[in-house]
Amino acid sequence: MSTEIVEKPLVVKPAEPLLSKRRKKLITDPLIDDNPVTVQVLGICSSLAVTTQMQPTLVMAISVIFVVALSNFAISLMRNTIPSRVRIIVQLAVVATLVTIVSEILKAFSYDMYKELSVFIGLIITNCIVMGRLEAFAMGNKPYDSMLDGLGSALGYSWIILTVAFFRELWGSGSVFGVPVFEYVSSLFGPDFKLATNGLMVTPVGAFIILGLIVWVQRTKTGYVEH
Amino acid sequence: MQQSNTYIIVYSAVLTIILGLLLSGSAQVLGPWQQEAIALDKKKQILGAVISAEEIDAMTPEQVNAFYASRISSTVVDISGKEITKEGITAEKVEIAKDYKKTAEERSYPVFIFHAEGKPDQVESYIFPMYGAGLWDAIWGYVALETDLNTIAGITLAHASETPGLGARITEGKIQARYVGKKIFDESGALIAVMMQKGEGKDYSSDAHKVDGMSGATITGNGVNTMLKSYMGCYEAYIKSKTASKAVAVL
Repeated sequence: MSTEIVEKPLVVKPAEPLLSKRRKKLITDPLIDDNPVTVQVLGICSSLAVTTQMQPTLVMAISVIFVVALSNFAISLMRNTIPSRVRIIVQLAVVATLVTIVSEILKAFSYDMYKELSVFIGLIITNCIVMGRLEAFAMGNKPYDSMLDGLGSALGYSWIILTVAFFRELWGSGSVFGVPVFEYVSSLFGPDFKLATNGLMVTPVGAFIILGLIVWVQRTKTGYVEH
Repeated sequence: MQQSNTYIIVYSAVLTIILGLLLSGSAQVLGPWQQEAIALDKKKQILGAVISAEEIDAMTPEQVNAFYASRISSTVVDISGKEITKEGITAEKVEIAKDYKKTAEERSYPVFIFHAEGKPDQVESYIFPMYGAGLWDAIWGYVALETDLNTIAGITLAHASETPGLGARITEGKIQARYVGKKIFDESGALIAVMMQKGEGKDYSSDAHKVDGMSGATITGNGVNTMLKSYMGCYEAYIKSKTASKAVAVL
């Protein structure tokens, strides 16, 4: 029995540029058109919980970016070895490890933030965006692409929670990043003028209202309709 | 693709070991920084009872450490008010949370003494730590008494997981300011402590043993009351011995 060895001509495909059009789309799509919060309606709990002030929200955003991008990358590296029957548990273990590392780093270098956010940081594990991206993208795509996809989704999440936090802190506490904007603006109009803050904005209800407004504005612009 | 059971078990085991190593490794590497951060946080809380939160926030970690070292001295006493002079025991090392589980007689009680600036002999206030239960989890704090060991000079309160916006308000300066100037003992010297009342918005400025409550957080308030009273009770012997010796000194 003879086997014929067919020499296939080696076609060297030109390497895809690091930020090709397709890859750029991976990052930019989740920012507006396929935003995880406003379009896919994921990660709502944490966008309600942490957004009373800008600073903790920023820390939360950075942590989520770190966790989603790296867990997407790690899971994508392992995707061909992960036994399909235990894949969710494997994903969970990887995510939980990353989240714990984030919280340990915060504890070491920003203890005040750690005290404030430790509960929410732990809950990144259950943030639907993380698991959603792992299942939907990282399990079937190459590591670099997966990382970009994670980065995009996390950035989409981040800008939404930062926007919500901006208005909640401004209207609820009269400040931005702890800078007392209301006090300053009031002083411009004389001693008797005082801008009032709204207590509703400090509660999760305020987050719902602002989130709703963002969704409304965005869908008017993009023409997206729920089917 | 269906993998064999052996593959799955081995895979899980190996993954567990790798992730475990990662975690313990990071804990090991970050450990010293974390210890430092926790120690600094404790100092900030202690200082919070005697100086305002804004002042502390404005300080760098080095400044906090320097301020603490120059202004705070400490001692450890037992329930009968006697100083504990065991080898290696310092007030900073006593873990109130762990001691809380022991009976009151077995605990060691740290006392932090705040000195006047530049005069290490002159005492400005005595700071007593306390620990108790809120609605969901632990609450703790430091109460500073003036040199008469009766009037509250300041208080810091902290919590593990009280409800944000309700019980968690005990960490707010506004709430803690309500305690300033209140008295622990009545005129006859009996321990009354200061009780946070139910409901909010009433004026208790004429009553030396009551402060306005937090609406929607009565159980947290009760926890603070119990904590303050029981720990003041534990320190009573020490306080009485101090005031007695001062009375002698005056005579």
